[in-house]
Amino acid sequence: MPTRRRDAVLRRGFRHIRRAVAEQPRMFALALLASTLYGGMTVASAWVIGEITSRVLLPAFDEGATTGAALTLAAVAILGVAVLKIVGILGRRLFAGVMSYRLQAEYRRRVTGQYLRLPLSWHQRHPTGQLLSNANSDVEAAWFFVAPLPFACGALVMIAITAVALVLTDPLLAVVGLVVFPLVFLANIVYSQVMSPRMQRAQQLRAEVSEIAHESFDAALVVKTLGREDTETERFGERADQLRDGLIAVGRVRGLFDPMMEALPSLGTLAVLLIGAGRVADGAVDAGELVAIAYLFTLLALPIRAIGWVLADLPRALAGFDRVTPVLEATGETPYGPDAATVTAAGAGVALRGAGFTFAGGTRPTLTDVTFDVPAGRTVAVVGPTGSGKSTLAGLLVRLVDPADGTVLLDGIDLRRLREGEVSTQAAFVAQSAFLFDDTVRDNITLGGPYDDEQVEAALRVAAADEFVAALPEGLDTRVGERGASLSGGQRQRLALARAVVRRPRLLVLDDATSAVDPSVEARILDALRAGERPATVVVVAYRQATIALADEVVWLAEGRAVARGTHAELLEEVPGYAELVRAYSQAEVAA
Amino acid sequence: MTAATLPADRRAEGAMTTLRRGLRMMPEFRRGLPATFALALVATAGRVVVPIAVQQVIDRGLDGPDGPDLELVTWLVAACALVVLLTAVAVYRMNVRLFRTTETALANLRVRAFRHVHDLSVLHQQGERRGSLVSRVTSDVDQLSVFMQWGGVLGLVSMGQLVVATVVMAVYSWQLTLLVLVSFVPLVFAVRWFARRLAQVYGVVRERVGDVLAAVAESVVGAPTVRAYGVRARTAARLDAAIDRHYRSQVDAQKVTAAVFVSGEFVAAVANAAVVVVGVLLGLAGDISAGTLVAFLFLVTLFVAPVQTASEVLNEAQNAIAGFRRVLDVIDTEPDVRDPAVATPDRVRELPAGPLGIRFEHVTFRYAHGARPSLDDVDLTIAPRTRVAVVGETGSGKTTFAKLVTRLMDPVGGRVLLGSDDGGLVPLAEVGFASLRARVVMVPQDGFLFDATVAENVRYGRPGMTDDEVVAAFGDLGLGAWLAGLPEGVATAVGQRGESLSAGERQLVAIARAYVADPDLLVLDEATSAVDPATEQRLTRALDTLTEGRTTLTIAHRLSTAERADEVLVVDAGRVVQRGTHAELVDAEGPYARLHASWRRSSAGEPEPVG
Repeated sequence: MPTRRRDAVLRRGFRHIRRAVAEQPRMFALALLASTLYGGMTVASAWVIGEITSRVLLPAFDEGATTGAALTLAAVAILGVAVLKIVGILGRRLFAGVMSYRLQAEYRRRVTGQYLRLPLSWHQRHPTGQLLSNANSDVEAAWFFVAPLPFACGALVMIAITAVALVLTDPLLAVVGLVVFPLVFLANIVYSQVMSPRMQRAQQLRAEVSEIAHESFDAALVVKTLGREDTETERFGERADQLRDGLIAVGRVRGLFDPMMEALPSLGTLAVLLIGAGRVADGAVDAGELVAIAYLFTLLALPIRAIGWVLADLPRALAGFDRVTPVLEATGETPYGPDAATVTAAGAGVALRGAGFTFAGGTRPTLTDVTFDVPAGRTVAVVGPTGSGKSTLAGLLVRLVDPADGTVLLDGIDLRRLREGEVSTQAAFVAQSAFLFDDTVRDNITLGGPYDDEQVEAALRVAAADEFVAALPEGLDTRVGERGASLSGGQRQRLALARAVVRRPRLLVLDDATSAVDPSVEARILDALRAGERPATVVVVAYRQATIALADEVVWLAEGRAVARGTHAELLEEVPGYAELVRAYSQAEVAA
Repeated sequence: MTAATLPADRRAEGAMTTLRRGLRMMPEFRRGLPATFALALVATAGRVVVPIAVQQVIDRGLDGPDGPDLELVTWLVAACALVVLLTAVAVYRMNVRLFRTTETALANLRVRAFRHVHDLSVLHQQGERRGSLVSRVTSDVDQLSVFMQWGGVLGLVSMGQLVVATVVMAVYSWQLTLLVLVSFVPLVFAVRWFARRLAQVYGVVRERVGDVLAAVAESVVGAPTVRAYGVRARTAARLDAAIDRHYRSQVDAQKVTAAVFVSGEFVAAVANAAVVVVGVLLGLAGDISAGTLVAFLFLVTLFVAPVQTASEVLNEAQNAIAGFRRVLDVIDTEPDVRDPAVATPDRVRELPAGPLGIRFEHVTFRYAHGARPSLDDVDLTIAPRTRVAVVGETGSGKTTFAKLVTRLMDPVGGRVLLGSDDGGLVPLAEVGFASLRARVVMVPQDGFLFDATVAENVRYGRPGMTDDEVVAAFGDLGLGAWLAGLPEGVATAVGQRGESLSAGERQLVAIARAYVADPDLLVLDEATSAVDPATEQRLTRALDTLTEGRTTLTIAHRLSTAERADEVLVVDAGRVVQRGTHAELVDAEGPYARLHASWRRSSAGEPEPVG
């Protein structure tokens, strides 16, 4: 039933308003107080002009003389009321603004807090663009209506006062008020309901237009080199035209509502005059009272519109809030256990026991029943064809994701039993594409950890990043830009490696993280980690024979299963697929 | 020379200049404007007539000499009601017109800007700036639309009301009108000052919004790193700081906005007080009557309201015009490389039929003025049908080669020609894009995939292919088994940016896409860097047979490609330092032998001695 749905929108809207007030009660109270002051002073300014007319103006004109005192008093009264009114406006705007901005900031903190809390598997289920807009535009939309809210509530108070004044003055005139005000409300409600689906559609189309632009600009090279600019423009134009039509549809409704809201109080004033004139003739009301009421009606026009602003914005606010709610309510926080890792002088032993993993929405499992051990201090290479599940396996080892089946053990302890933060103090992980924070080189390496410049520089030397860092304008203090935009891919990768090296981890997992560095640098990194008093355990995902040769043993992964394990030489002999993969280059040479 | 940037911020440009520039670019908007203005005038008249008529009813209908004149009141009220309704209809018509013209004009502006962005080299040279380019065709235009329909309507009507109120005031008393105008003079200056201040504080807000966006992106894009390094608390602290700074900038901006609004209120009160005092004095001198003064007081409020609205609109206008300027700047940016079919239609040429050779005539390229050239006076010829590999260290200028051959950029010195000795060589700068893109195709390292199925992504290279043909194409490339292994074959959805596939799998689809485009010159820019060696070898063998009869230029990261090529170009510091077959070069003294030795060690499993 559409009506039931509409009622629901309204009911949910009021619940949303209550939520806003409950979150920021003090700011709301202050803003409401200021709105009331403003409302009172608006009425007072009319009253002051009336008093001045009858007490200063008319006597002066009648008598042909006036006193300086009377004129001064008149001027002071006008200015005094104005100053109070200004105080009201300032208070209303500031407090309402602060209230709205605080809500935005608070919900942004909550949403991003969830992003940091929720497991990676949750992130994998949600497109990046959606998460970004949840924290930004959706939060903004959810609380935008708060800015005019106190004004609107103040208007309700003013309307109540006016209604009382009407009833006290003349019941017949009160009837006019009782017709006009509900009409205004009704118009507002109908408006917000007619508007709501149109707004949502426009909002949806806006998001789609933005998505196409994003995708198309990201694809710039492909679009250009295949000469598809025109079809892309057509694709974008089609959606832009739909957005245009959607916005025009919104505009039609608003275009009708705005003049209606302006006309209704005017017509109310006229009705008051018409009926009031009769009452004056009957002697039930005097002309002065009638003028006062007519004036009040005109004064109410603006505050009533504030109610309209709030109601009109509610559907958008609800839509925004509805998109934010699933994030706030999402559960599945990574559960941590009570255990501490056993810290030994040696590297950490790591093991997989029957581990399986399937991506959300995926039909084929990425990993199936993977079991193998990496004894402490050993280096194991994970090798497999494109798409065999190597990266997923690397993520399991440092608990970026939990396996759907089976367990991952660090020194014999299930990773899920370890305390929060325990895995990351023992293990370091370097991903295929290095992620850098918009921060200095130093901070990107220490990540706030207790490492002095000497350690940082040593790590940079190991990762062969010392030379280019020294050449940066401010050395270690150079900011790398958003996601390290000012550096090349290879430079980013070396910083990410230095970040891992500086921690002297007991377990290092490299997910094809050395593709852009020289084999000699790679060997140097592994040697540095395996030497010293705490030789690290290393798991490395790789294609290069040079890298594989650094490993004590190799695990051969095919279609998500650990098919074989042994030394490089053993696998070459026993596993045809393995031989084909790692010998591809030499064979190529033979063929050439 | 290539301006990989957008033009310098034209902050100095005045708002009116921006508007004029914009209107020139939106003829649809200009056409609708006069009628909209006419309707705005009617709407204004309605606004002014109603309060005046109310005054008349009270003065003449109720306070008439013989008491209330009900008949007169009825007539006046009926007439007023009619005017009110007519006004409402006029405003409605005006709104609808305004919405339609602005939205139509803005949709066209949006599409035009979108098309133009694709012509700008900044798009593929500075990937990090893509986000800001997206906002030119989205939020900047949205802001403009909101302003034109909210601020624009209000501003238009207010302007009219201001003029009408002034005229009516002048009819009542020119002295008092002068007085009111004079008391509003300080406001004019205040508003100018506030406008600058508003631009400033909202500039800060925008900057802070950017910081928040970046910080949020870190928590989303950097999610694996944040978890792997256990830096949740630190990331949260950075986010909270960014959110807090944004909040404080918003509050600062709100203070200025409130100050703008109340300054109008205060000036209005001053004007009212002045009118009372001076009005009484004028009345005592016999210049005006009591009725005139009362009516005038009423008119002052009619004058004040639009002034306040205008100061309100001002704030939005600042933002909207800044956005407008950003959109216009994009459209006004001259693309570095223009399609000759558009730029010089009388001199546009097509590539000669048949296989294409490449000729570089003293080609020099540098990314920025004064920078070290990435290619320095390169002069060479590549015969048609040859398979050439370009090798060299990172930063040696390999990729510049690919970008010049596909005319993603133009050289700063010398020229690039395509063709053959028998078919004739044509300067690339004169080849129409339609001909160029149909015959020369490049597979970039990041073979971007669209959020669609595998088949649709491949079809992007040749629209109109059937699914069976796409399957056959994968078979030609020796990728049939891989394709069959996908959950739904060619109908498998690849997800946003192809993220459901691995980096190597994305490259396979990108190569298939280029293959079906059937080019005469195929440029592969490290197009198989993420593919496993065995698949790469299969792919190369397949491409070898398939590229028979075409010219292939491969920017190689693995020397296995060079070993199979007809010819190898070794690039170092922007110059071609060696050229020959693999066999020739590997035995010769020079950088290639060194590169090869290092590569052999890495692929053969002998780590270099640490030292």
